[in-house]
Amino acid sequence: MSDPISLISTWFHNLLLGWGLPEGLVNFIGDFIGAGVVATVAMLVVIVLIWVERKVAGRMQDRFGPNRAGPYGLLQPIADVIKIMTKELITPDGADLIPYNFAPILSVAAVLLIWAVVPFASTVVGTDIHVGALYIIAVGSFGIVAVLMAGWSSDNKFALLGAARAVAQMVSYEVPMVLALLIPVLLAGSMGLTSIVAAQNVWFIVLAPIAALVFLIASMAEVGRAPFDLLEAESEIVAGFHTEYSGMKFGMFYVGEFLHVFTIGALIATFFLGGWRGWGAETYPILGFVYFYAKAFLGYFVITWIRLTVPRIRIDHMLAFSWKFLTPLILAALMVTAVLVKMLEDANVWVYSLGLLVANVLLIWATVEILKWLERNRTPRRQTFKGRPVAVAPKSSTSANS
Amino acid sequence: MLDTWLYIGIFVIVALMIPAIAIVIPKVIAPRKPNFMKSETYECGMETVGESQVQFRVQYYIFALVFLIFDIETVFLYPWAVAFKQLEMFMVVEGLIFIAILLAGLAYVWKKGVLEWA
Repeated sequence: MSDPISLISTWFHNLLLGWGLPEGLVNFIGDFIGAGVVATVAMLVVIVLIWVERKVAGRMQDRFGPNRAGPYGLLQPIADVIKIMTKELITPDGADLIPYNFAPILSVAAVLLIWAVVPFASTVVGTDIHVGALYIIAVGSFGIVAVLMAGWSSDNKFALLGAARAVAQMVSYEVPMVLALLIPVLLAGSMGLTSIVAAQNVWFIVLAPIAALVFLIASMAEVGRAPFDLLEAESEIVAGFHTEYSGMKFGMFYVGEFLHVFTIGALIATFFLGGWRGWGAETYPILGFVYFYAKAFLGYFVITWIRLTVPRIRIDHMLAFSWKFLTPLILAALMVTAVLVKMLEDANVWVYSLGLLVANVLLIWATVEILKWLERNRTPRRQTFKGRPVAVAPKSSTSANS
Repeated sequence: MLDTWLYIGIFVIVALMIPAIAIVIPKVIAPRKPNFMKSETYECGMETVGESQVQFRVQYYIFALVFLIFDIETVFLYPWAVAFKQLEMFMVVEGLIFIAILLAGLAYVWKKGVLEWA
């Protein structure tokens, strides 16, 4: 009774074998149904996420959020889905049809594929491949291709500009993200997600807070959410790469974005917050689900919170932030972690954890001090207008303005 | 070993199928009344001047080159991190020298002004 999911799967497996089907076919059907369930659950979570997002946004902006459809507005996302299903799909004349229609599908698929390797509970994992971390990075990058395809094929200048911006942004933030994932891999000594979760007797957020922070920021930029939503800055390029999309095709980009944010929450939970681990999760795997989803939702909430708090930043600032701040910081953190892990190899777990934590805190302190020093020594911005600012031009030409 | 990758293969099909189905349903049930104005390129109400797929100055192609170098070097770092527990101290130092070369490259690029938005 403690593990209903593996109970059901073995029962189903034996049932199909009992019908006289060959072993290979049974595995194939089992895999197919498993994949279908994982992907469908992920898509259904999005419906909840849209409600959560709107409710949280409402509360943070001092309003109610959706509260008409159903209790607490819970039926609102379902109403939205029905509405968007009945919207006309407009295709612009100049569109390049194959990439135009394939881009929204790919943008969702790229995110869904990440869920194939995420461990949900001690016994429930899609598949445990040995190169899980690399797989996640590789698959996640398909999203960039989808954005570029959408921008190029929809025959629109705004879309093209949005796509070009998106590529610059995602390419820049890929580097700190990949390097940040290197630290949990180093601490666990494996790229498989199951082994990374199993190695977290002490959560990696304690051992590597800098990596967790850099991963959070970099992956937020990868999704293109505020404050990094330059690829769809409304005031500059309408809606960016999905300007020409309507109806459910636009909806798929929207779903892809929400799902990506939740996936980042899940990845942060897996890599830094101990995944499904928690009190009693080994004996009752069903509890693992609860812990895992709670942690993933925590990550989602934090990202939403940042989105609603911080304004959009300028594109040159954004690229500079990645190359001149995040990348050197994560490389320094990587070196410090590597040296300390080797030095404290034989120490007990308290010394080990405390040593890494203190090293990280010291590194953050040093970074803040360097930033302060740079701020003091910055050359002041060149001023072109020295006079007193006035609203109306002086009438006589002999005024002090000359 | 093959089984784990078979699952990924199946997942690829499923992951492509679900959004495809979600798009096909509205194709059936949604209204469809295209006209000339509707399928014009959207440009805030103005008529498009010239080609839509314009050429523009890609200010950040050097970012892409720097990215390429960094990404390939991190791929070399992943095996090092996986094998970290079994490594001798001098191998760790070698890894650190590798990272230091990465940092030196970044400093060079920075000094050259590639990272400025010109």
